[in-house]
Amino acid sequence: MKETSPYLLLIVILGIAMQSAAQSGLDSLRRQPIDADSIAVDQKKWQPDRDPIPRDYVQQPPLVPHSIEGYEVNLKSNKCLTCHSWANYKEAGATKISQTHFRDRELSVRANVAGTRYFCTQCHVPQVNARPLVENQFEPVDAIKQR
Amino acid sequence: MMPNNKSSETKSGLRQTLGRPSTRYSVAFLIVSGIALGVVLWGGFNWAMELTNTETFCISCHEMRNNVYEEYTQTAHYNNSSGVRATCPDCHVPKEWHYKVVRKIRASNELYHKALGSINTREKFEAKRLELAQHVWDSMKATDSRECRNCHEFGSMDLTAQGRRAVEQHEKTAKEGKTCIDCHKGIAHSLPDLHDVDPSAVVGESRATD
Repeated sequence: MKETSPYLLLIVILGIAMQSAAQSGLDSLRRQPIDADSIAVDQKKWQPDRDPIPRDYVQQPPLVPHSIEGYEVNLKSNKCLTCHSWANYKEAGATKISQTHFRDRELSVRANVAGTRYFCTQCHVPQVNARPLVENQFEPVDAIKQR
Repeated sequence: MMPNNKSSETKSGLRQTLGRPSTRYSVAFLIVSGIALGVVLWGGFNWAMELTNTETFCISCHEMRNNVYEEYTQTAHYNNSSGVRATCPDCHVPKEWHYKVVRKIRASNELYHKALGSINTREKFEAKRLELAQHVWDSMKATDSRECRNCHEFGSMDLTAQGRRAVEQHEKTAKEGKTCIDCHKGIAHSLPDLHDVDPSAVVGESRATD
């Protein structure tokens, strides 16, 4: 009696698994067969300017309550800081950057904003009019919940 | 001695001819042809000047096309929801005729530096960007942002339709007598290195000494 090749067996098992998966209709976030084009996402709009958005948890980087379309942050300039720096915030009526942003990774306090805190949008992001992809029942703790 | 005398005679002869009243043409002919010639020459002058007032002309020079034009195509003045576009001369050349002529005469300096190759590489351009930007900021400040106001006039702004930040700032601006360019810098082209202008808005210390 000839022995069945283990590879052949593997292929057969895989084939059966794939077929049953296709029959049960796998539902992915993409919702399209793998060989079809993705469905175009809805166009989202930046939320209009609003008052500062309350934090949902302690230590949350505050969200950006306005559009930042076209704002450049590079080694020559930082558009955000032209309003949010300590030198400019009063004139601009903006929130000033936190004191923590002057501390570098060695925890020494610098004379200017630290390089590690320079790229604002790594933490601070504007919001669009979009529904959450999944339902979320997160509630802030009482200490910071807005009353 | 003779040739000198002769040339001075012909000169005075030419002057005499030009100074002599016409005896061949009627006054009506002279007036009509004068007007016709005036229209053609004036029109031709303005036509030529308008040719230098097009985006195609501006970016025919690679310094413009590869640097400032490239940046501008990423901004709202090039591409926006309403489809209204402001091209180079809309912001950089005055609309009123006499201001325009003055600007065009000043532009001869730009031709001079084009010939010198003052900013013919990206590096040279970046090194000069602050100085060049400062020139534009200064002239806009001096004219109360005249070219901005060709489209953006305070009197035509509905502040209630503006965002929260814009309303606050624009109300303050009117009181403090500020002008557009005081806040709206770097909106159509990238900002220059701010180390020497506003060190609080850039990381690190001035690199000018490097």
